[in-house]
Amino acid sequence: MSIATESEAIEAARRKIGERLRRVLPADGVLVHPEELRPFECDGLSAYRQLPLAVAMPTDVAGVQAVLNACRDERVPVVTRGAGTGLSGGALPLAQGVLLNMSRMNRILDIDPANRLARVQPGVRNLQISEAVAPLGLYYAPDPSSQIACSIGGNVAENAGGVHCLKYGLTVHNVAAVDVVTIDGEKLTLGGEALDAPGFDLLAFIHGSEGLLAVIVEILVRLLPVPRRAQVLLAAFDDAETAGDAVAGIIAEGILPAGLEMMDRGCIEAVNDFLDVGYPDCGAVVLCEVDGTDEEVVSQMARVRSLLRGAGAGEMRISASEEERLRLWSGRKAAFPAVGRLAPDYYCMDGTIPRRHLGRVLGQVEDLSRQYGLAVVNVFHAGDGNIHPLVLYDANREGELETAEILGGAILEACVAVGGTVTGEHGVGVEKLDQMCVQFSAVELAQFHALKAAFDPEGLLNPGKAVPTLARCAEFGAMHVHGGRLPHPELERF
Amino acid sequence: MSTGPGDQDLTESLVATVDEARARSEALEIRGAGTKGFYGEMRAGRPLAVAGHRGVIGYEPSELVLTARTGTPLDEIETLLAGHGQMLPFEPPRFGPGATLGGTVACGLSGPRRPYAGAARDFVLGVRLVNGRAEVGRYGGEVIKNVAGYDVSRLMVGALGTLGVLLDVSLKVLPAPEREATRVVEFDAAGAVSLFAGLGRQPLPLSAAAWADGRAYLRLSGSEAGVAAAIEEIGGDGLDAIEADTFWEDLREHRLPFFDAAGPLWRLCVPQASAPITLAGDWLLDWGGGQRWLRSGAPADEIRAAAVAAGGHATAFRERNDGVAFFQPLQDGLLRLHRRVKTSLDPAGLFNPGRLYEGL
Repeated sequence: MSIATESEAIEAARRKIGERLRRVLPADGVLVHPEELRPFECDGLSAYRQLPLAVAMPTDVAGVQAVLNACRDERVPVVTRGAGTGLSGGALPLAQGVLLNMSRMNRILDIDPANRLARVQPGVRNLQISEAVAPLGLYYAPDPSSQIACSIGGNVAENAGGVHCLKYGLTVHNVAAVDVVTIDGEKLTLGGEALDAPGFDLLAFIHGSEGLLAVIVEILVRLLPVPRRAQVLLAAFDDAETAGDAVAGIIAEGILPAGLEMMDRGCIEAVNDFLDVGYPDCGAVVLCEVDGTDEEVVSQMARVRSLLRGAGAGEMRISASEEERLRLWSGRKAAFPAVGRLAPDYYCMDGTIPRRHLGRVLGQVEDLSRQYGLAVVNVFHAGDGNIHPLVLYDANREGELETAEILGGAILEACVAVGGTVTGEHGVGVEKLDQMCVQFSAVELAQFHALKAAFDPEGLLNPGKAVPTLARCAEFGAMHVHGGRLPHPELERF
Repeated sequence: MSTGPGDQDLTESLVATVDEARARSEALEIRGAGTKGFYGEMRAGRPLAVAGHRGVIGYEPSELVLTARTGTPLDEIETLLAGHGQMLPFEPPRFGPGATLGGTVACGLSGPRRPYAGAARDFVLGVRLVNGRAEVGRYGGEVIKNVAGYDVSRLMVGALGTLGVLLDVSLKVLPAPEREATRVVEFDAAGAVSLFAGLGRQPLPLSAAAWADGRAYLRLSGSEAGVAAAIEEIGGDGLDAIEADTFWEDLREHRLPFFDAAGPLWRLCVPQASAPITLAGDWLLDWGGGQRWLRSGAPADEIRAAAVAAGGHATAFRERNDGVAFFQPLQDGLLRLHRRVKTSLDPAGLFNPGRLYEGL
C-alpha cells in the first residue's frame, strides 16, 4: 500500500471507530483529532511515540464494557492507559488501535477501616489512597517512585514495586481483589474481601499482565497501620561491592529493613551537585530504614549500625527526627532528576539479580559502558537485588539512542546470565521484548501466548507488548549468531 | 547443593510418564506424600509419584531465597532454614507425616501467621513445571522482584495440580523472629473479633490471632524489646513457650480438641472483622477472624449462602456429606475462564481431572 492510501485507510478507520464510540460514550469522552491525540502518543518511555486511532475515556464500568464491545465487533485493538507514567512503553498506542484512557475513573469508592480495605477506581493515584486513609492511621504500602502521579490500575497492570517491597511486598501482595472487564465485555471479580478466594489465583495472574489479559475497572487494596516510628541510617563505603556485602550481612543477620537502597559514586556526585544534601564523597552509600514500634526500631537500628561498622562502613549518619529522615532520603529520591542533569537523556534499566552477583554485574556494566562509550551510573533497590543502571546519552546525536538501547540490552542479558531477570518492576512493554527471548525458551513463550489466548482469543488487548512472538526471537537470535553483536555498523568505532 | 542421601532428580522420568499419558489420553493423579488426599473432590487417574523427586537445590540465606524439588519434605526444608535463623513465613500445615513442598504449594494452604505475614502464594517466586504437552518450562525465578512474563508460578498455588506437574519451587523465606510470646484473654466470639480488628489497626508485631473455647490467643513476634513492649500494651495472661508452641502447632495441624468432634467440618473464609455468623454449630476462629472453622450439620447451601453474605466463601473441609461440592462453586463466567486457562496448560485434561471443580 502506498503511503497516501495507507493514511487514507487510517483516516477511514478513525472515522468509523470514532462514530461507533460516540454512540456509547459522552461526547467529550472520545478524541479523534490528531492535536487531541498528541498528549497520549507516549507513556514514560518517551523515546517511542505513536498516535492512536482514537482515545476513549469512559467514566464508569458500563462505559468500559461498551468500548470493549465496540472494539471487539470492529476488530480494533485496545491499549489501556492509566496515568501514562510507565517506563517500558506498555501504554504506547497502536496506529490501528483505540487508547482506552482510565483517568476519568478516579474515585475512592469505599474505605473499610475494620478490615483495612479500600475500594478504588483504577484512575486513583497511588499516593491519593494513603492520603485519604491517613486520618485513620492507615496507609497503602507499595510506593513506586512515581507514586504522586501513577494510577493504581497501572500499578496492578505492572505489579509495581517501590523502595519498601523487601518488607511490605509488591502490588500483588497488597491487593485483595480486582474487578476486570474481559474482551467479551463481561465483568468478573478476581479475589475478594476475604483472605483468599476459591479457584485459580487469577488475581495474582492479572498482576503484571500489562493490559494483555483484561481491563482492570476496580481495585480493593489492603491497608496497613502506619508504623509509629521510622528511622534511616546512611553509611558510606569505599566501593559498591563492599556495600553490597554489607547489605547481605544485614539480611543474613535476621533484620528485615523497610528500605535498603544503594547508590554508586557517579550517582552520589550527581545528587550532591543537584541538591544541598551533602552525601559523603565515597564509592557507594547505603540507606537503611527500619520501622515499627519505638522499641523495635531502637533495637534494630543498634544492630544495623554495628553490622555496617563491621562490614567496613566509614561515615554513618542516623536520622534523629522525621525532618532529618526525609532529608537523608531526599538525595535518593532525587537520583533520577539529578542524573538527568548529567546528560541530555538517560535510559533507565531495571534488571534484578541475586545480590551475591552484584560485584560481578557491576564490573560488566563498567566494561560495557567503556565498550560502547556511554557513561552509566547506578542506583539499586539493594535489599531485593533490583538494579537501575542509568545509561547517559544524547538523543540528538546520530545513533546514540540506538547505542544506549544496545548497551541497555547487554546489561539485561548480563542479569539473566547470573540467574536474574530483565525486569524487576518496570515491565516488558515494547522495551524489553528482545531480552525476553534471552530469558525465556520457545516453550515458555508459547505457553505465555496460550495463556493470553485463554483470556483474549483474538489478541485484541495490547497486542505486541510484553511477550515477543517466536518469529521475533528467531530473528533476534539469528542476529546474535551472525554478528556476535547487533548489526549496527557505527558500533565498530567503539 | 545437595542436602540428603535420598536426593534425586526425576525430571526425565516424570516428563516421560506425562508424555506416555498424553499418547494414551490417560489421566494422572499427582501425588506427593499423600497427606492432603482428602483436600478437594474425588481423586482420579493413574498415580504419578513425585515424592522421590527431592532435594534442596539452592539456598542462599542472605538472599532470602530457597529452591527445592517438589518431593522434598517440608520438615527437611524447615530444619535447614531454622539452622540459619530463617523460616517459611506462611507456616504451612502438614496434615500428616512427610508432607512435601509440592503438595503444600499445590494446595496453597497457610497457617496462623497468614494474615500478618502472607499466604503461600505470596512467597512463591518461581516454579519449573511439566505442562500437559510434556514440555518443561521455568516461570518466575529466584529473585524477589520479577515482572518478566505472566505470573505462572503464583497461578500454580492452590490449583491442586490441575495445571501441571511441579518440578521445583523457589520460595522467599524470612528471618525467624528473635522472640515470640503468646497472650490469652477471656472473650466471647464477638469480643474476640472486635479485639482482633482493633489490634490489626495498631502497628504491633502481631503474628497470629485465634479464638477457641472462650479464649482469644494472640501471638507476638519480633525483637526482645518490641515484644516486651507489646505485651505491656495488650495485657492478658502469658502461656509458657512450650504451651504456646504446642497451641499454635495443634491449631495449624487440626489437633486441638475442637477438631476431634464428629460431623462435617467447614472452613469459612470471610473478611476478618465480620460479625459472628449465625449458623448452628461449634466455632473456632483463626487468622484474626478471617478463617472460621465450623463443625455443623446445617445444610451446605445455608452455610455457603451465609459465607457469601459475609463477603467470603466456604469449603467442605472434612467429613463432607454426599452430593456437597468441596469448594464454593464459581460463577459461570469465572468457571468458563478457568476452563480456558486449564486448556492452555493441559489441553488433554491429563492432570488431576475434577479435583478442583468438575470439568477442570
